[in-house]
Order: sequence, then C-alpha cells, then structure tokens
Amino acid sequence: MQWSWKRIPAEYLVTNVRLCQNGKIGRRKGFLHVKKGRIEQVGVGEPSGEGLPALDGGGLVCAPGLIDMHVHFREPGQEEKETIASGSLAAACGGFTSVVTMPNTEPAIDHSGMVKYVVDRGKEAGLCRVFPTGAISKGRKGEQMCEFGEMVAAGAVGFTDDGSPVVNGGLMANALKFARLLGVPVISHAEDLSIVGGGVMHAGYWSARLGLSGMPRAGEDAATFRDIELARATGGHLHIAHVSTRGAVEIIRRAKQDGVHVTAEATPHHFSLDHSRCRDFSPLFKMNPPLREPEDVEAIAEGLADGTIDCIATDHAPHTATQKEYQFDQAPFGVLGLETAFGVGVTYLVKNGVMDLGKLIALMSERPAAVLGLPYGKLEEGAVADFTLLDPDHVWTVTVDHLRSRSRNSSYLGEELTGKAGATFLRGRLTWRDPEVIGAD
Amino acid sequence: MILKSKDVLGLEDMSAEEILGVLEIASRFRAVFDRPVRNVPIMRGRTVVNFFHEPSTRTRISFELAEKRLSADIVNFSAATSSFKKGETLRDTAENLAAMKIDMLVIRHSSPGSARYLARVLDCSVINAGDGAHEHPTQGLLDIMTMRQRLGDLRGKKVTIIGDIAHSRVARSNIWGLTKLGAEVTLCGPPTMVPGSLEKLGVTVECDLRKAVADADVLNVLRIQLERGAGSTFPGNREYHRMYGITEDVVRSLKPEAFIMHPGPMNRDVEIAGEVADGPRQVILDQVANGVAVRMALIYLLSGGDPGALGGGD
Repeated sequence: MQWSWKRIPAEYLVTNVRLCQNGKIGRRKGFLHVKKGRIEQVGVGEPSGEGLPALDGGGLVCAPGLIDMHVHFREPGQEEKETIASGSLAAACGGFTSVVTMPNTEPAIDHSGMVKYVVDRGKEAGLCRVFPTGAISKGRKGEQMCEFGEMVAAGAVGFTDDGSPVVNGGLMANALKFARLLGVPVISHAEDLSIVGGGVMHAGYWSARLGLSGMPRAGEDAATFRDIELARATGGHLHIAHVSTRGAVEIIRRAKQDGVHVTAEATPHHFSLDHSRCRDFSPLFKMNPPLREPEDVEAIAEGLADGTIDCIATDHAPHTATQKEYQFDQAPFGVLGLETAFGVGVTYLVKNGVMDLGKLIALMSERPAAVLGLPYGKLEEGAVADFTLLDPDHVWTVTVDHLRSRSRNSSYLGEELTGKAGATFLRGRLTWRDPEVIGAD
Repeated sequence: MILKSKDVLGLEDMSAEEILGVLEIASRFRAVFDRPVRNVPIMRGRTVVNFFHEPSTRTRISFELAEKRLSADIVNFSAATSSFKKGETLRDTAENLAAMKIDMLVIRHSSPGSARYLARVLDCSVINAGDGAHEHPTQGLLDIMTMRQRLGDLRGKKVTIIGDIAHSRVARSNIWGLTKLGAEVTLCGPPTMVPGSLEKLGVTVECDLRKAVADADVLNVLRIQLERGAGSTFPGNREYHRMYGITEDVVRSLKPEAFIMHPGPMNRDVEIAGEVADGPRQVILDQVANGVAVRMALIYLLSGGDPGALGGGD
C-alpha cells in the first residue's frame, strides 16, 4: 500500500529516519511502526509490519513530539492575539505535540471551571495536547490562594501567577506546601518589582545609551534566591520560569547541589540574543525578563548544557501588530516562540558546539515531560505516537509566512535559521507538514 | 551637501564634519540677528509642523522663531490641545501627518526612538526636538556652538556635564557631539543618576563634584527634574544642592576662564545657586540665542538651502 499524506492510515510505518531516543540520535536508519495512535514498534533494521503503507522519512530525524512548558495562548479574553486553536497550530508547526498554557488570561485561570475550559478548547482544536496551569492566587492578585486540589482534578499541571511575581513570600511558601501535597510544581516568575521598577529593558550599557529605563539583573537574582529558600524550607517543587541571568543560573546550580527540589527552564531568545538587539528601539526585542548581556546568554547556554537548567520553554507571548506598533517603552512585553524554537536551538546551541542535536531535542521533549511528570516525550514501544520529523539541516529565513500564530511578533523575522520541523504527528495523526522540508506536493 | 540624511535624529548619527558644517551655517544666521530685519524668507510656501507630544516651552518657541525667521508656514499642535489622544500609536499620527502633505516635522515625544520611527515611515524631513531620555540634538548643537564661540576648536577641551545623566537627553546628545569633536567629557552626579556603563562611550564618570570640575573648561549643568524620583534617587533638593549644586564656592575653585552653561529652565538654588545663575561666568542667554540660529541652520539645510547663498558670516 502506498503512503498518502491526504489520508493517514490507522497503521503505518515511518522508514528511513534517524531515531532520537534518550537524548541520542541513532547512527543507523531506523523505523517507527504506528498502530492506532500508539507506537507498536521502534527500532533499526527490518520492521515487522510488512506490506503496511510506509512514509519515507528521507533521512530526517524522528523525534518525540516536542513539549513546551511555557506558552501564552491568551484565551479567554485576548483572542485577538491568540486562541487555543491558533496557538495549537503554531505549536504543531514548530514540531510540538504538547504545551503548557499560562493562566494570565482575562479572566485568569483561577478555578476548576476555567481549567476545564482550557482543556476542552485544547481538545476541540485537536492539534496538540494542551495542559493548563492554574493561578496561585485568585485573580493573580497575590492575596487569596486558589483551590489547587480542585484545579488539579480538572487537569491543572502546576501553579503560577506568571506575568507577575508572587510578592507575598508567605503566600508563595504556602503555595509550595499545597502543591507538594498534590505532586505538582509551583512555577516562579522570579522578579522583584521593587528592584525592577518601571524598567523596559535590561539595565546596562544599552539602556543607558538609548535612554530607556533598565531592569537590573538583581531583580531576577533576588527573587530567584527567595523562592529557592522557600522551596528549601517547604520541600515543595519549585520550577523557575524563563531564567535569564548568570546569577540566577548560579543560584539554581548551588540549590540543586544542596538537594533543593528545584527545576528551571530557559527560552530560546535568552540563549541566542543579547540586549544590543534593542538598539533600533524595535518592540520585537522587548520581553520580560529582558534580553541581557552576552555573558548571561553564555551562562544560559552553559546551564542548559550542564543540566542546571532542565529544559527549553519558549514563553510564546503573542501580541497584535497594533500593540507592537507602540514605541518601545509603551509596547507590551513578549514575543512569539513556538515556530522558531527548534531552529533557534540548532542555530545557536548545536551549530555553536554547545551541545549535540540529541541533547537539544531532549531539552525540548523528554526533559520538560520529566519536570512535569507527564507520560510523553519518549519514542518507545507502547507509548502514544506523538512524534515529529525534524530536519536539522534545513536552512530558512524567517518571514511572517512561516508563523501560524495569530500574531506576528517574532524576534527572528528576517533572520536565517537552520533546523525546522517537517511533519508533526499527534497520536499518530498528522497535525502539521511543511512541503519544503518533506514530501513536496 | 552638508547633511547626508533627510532627518536630524541625534548627534549619534552625525559626523564631526556635519556638525561643524551646521554650526558654520548657524553662525551666519546668528550674525543676522543683530540686523534690524532678521528674516531670511527662504522657506516661503513650505509647511513645518511642530508636534509636541510632551510639554515644552523653550524648545517649541525657539523652533517657532527659527521657522518664522525663515518665513515658513507653521502648524503647531501639542498632545494637550490636539485630538491626538493618548494611546494612539505613533504610526497613526504619522499617517495623518503624511496625508496633510507637510514638508518638515519637528517632534518632541516622551518615548525614546520615536523620532527615528517617524523618520522611517515619513517621506518628509524629521527633526528630533527631544525623544524621552534618548537625544535632543538641537540642544546638543547649540551647546557645542556656545562652547566653540569661547573655546574655538574643542579638541582636548574639558567639558563636565553635571546632573541626572541617566534621564537626560541633553547629556546624551552632548556626549555624542563632544566626543566626536575631540573634547574630553566628564559626567558627574550622584551615583543613582550616572550610569557607569556610559564610560564605554569614551567619557569619564566622576561622582565627586570637586574632582569633576577641577580642571574643566566648561560646566554644563543639567536641570534636576524635581518631580522625578526625589526621595528615591536623591534625598532632596537641599542635599542635592549641598553635594552637586554649583555655588559661588564651587565657581571659585574653577579655572579662571571656565564658564557655566545650563539648558534651562533653571531650578535656582538646586542645581545652580542664584548668584551663579546671574553671575559673570554663565553664558545661558548666548545658548538661547544660538538655539534659534542652530534650528534655522538645520531647517535651511534640510530644505535644500544653498550654503553659498547666505553670504559671509562673522
């Protein structure tokens, strides 16, 4: 039987691929046997299912579906920026099969009904698994704790007031205790507002030169330190979101050595771009935490390579063109991430020799799954057939046509990247294909 | 062509030759000020819009006077009196202006980079009259003109800028222009107001006022913005005056020919003592007169005016 992209059969083979398993890329050509949405067999050599329709993988890398544990899909409340459906398509386009949404919607995801809403909308879209996080506090106001138990029962995989820090340290400590009971992490947006003030970019040479108010590193370092001490005291699982400073990497490294239950993530923009990108006042380089100095960028890459930082997460943060037409100091914080994450990883980490491709893929699949305790991110027999065919050598220049988000605010527009997802499969079903990478029409 | 760009956005973008070229033309206009008829009607029939999104009195009046002396048609609007409500994007503003077919835009805006943005999206010439804490190139040029009138060539001359450098567009334009002309620039103020990283621009940071002014040829004393950060970036006006105010006592410690500049408006007895502000060492009113001349020169040159047609200067 012939393979057809138009009608994906219930059982098929993917042949002529390099398998990515346990952070390693196989040297020999491998295959994947998919049956009814599960992996029947995976390996090298001759597949068992003779006569099955076979997709020729063309030598691409067959990897577990990528997992992004930090996205903003804006629904409900800001559907002009993104919806769960449009965000899911952007995810599929980037090779992702699972995402974790942040609760800073309008209204915030602060009770079980809201959690269920996000889960249902994710299933309706059907393009990737959508795991919501819930807010730590009602309305993200930092006062009254949300009902963690109810929300976990409805599908929440963690708690965070992301977008804002939890100013009240006592509340943060209590959140860590409750979350520990439920076996889920508390995700920290580590920012001391009293230090960061009204800053709009990293405080340093470029902010001084451009006359823009700065956000000192100390604001992130101090908040990271506080939350780690609270995790140490409570035994709760603390996950530090979007680490951007050398100091925070060192604080996390020491805490891990001490045995504190802390994990961390970093974004592609923080391991690839520095604050000099703000030189033309383009809001496409405005995000929180901000782009920092070259030594910070290096420290993030090192932290990812040595395991101090557990995974890569994009902090995909769509904003409409109108909002990004405001001047730098007036524009909102945040940039897209899903569509470019793999390419940025290959371009800035693999090609620069910081790590090999297998490790990069693990940081974007197996490792975030481990942080959250999700049963995904591995290519193994019996597992759900969430996988992606990645071309680590595909060179492309990012244009708005490559974006599937409802918004267009990518920092990488016009930049040449190496590495792109060719096809993405969720539960064995095709959710995305780029004909320039695989199976030209 | 003295100016290479259609716009004047900052002294960062101008070469030493361009700066000196503009100042040469400005000095010819300045010579005209002492004549009974001060108008040079070369902008007749051309429209200049003065768009002040942020309050300004001196800079706006200086621009208007410059435009009137060149006989331009002038339209003024400011955020307070226009329908350009807060929150409208600058792109909308720009498109409205472009539709009105204007020849030149003078823009004052609170956001750094706003003039550059408008210059990119508009075909007409744009002059930056101050974009947030970023640049104020016409102030920088008039300051340099005033210094050159007294010191001649600025190579090796010592200029000390005192005040809230972090929030000062005047300081940034001075730094760019003065370093290009070979002056030695020292920045002075409380450490909360002087980012040390600016040393990368080739200037010296010295937070001790006495040391910073000891061998200075010029002090450029910036206005302290009383509404900004008192109590947080500095304890109060008395404390500021005690530590950084230019008092008679400070003046006595200067080199005998050193002089004092201030971009105005002054806070008497805060950054500058009243006696010094009225004393013989200050050149503040020269700055004001030079401001009109510099703005005339820029408008003239951006409109394609022929430098040769102005005749000899002083």
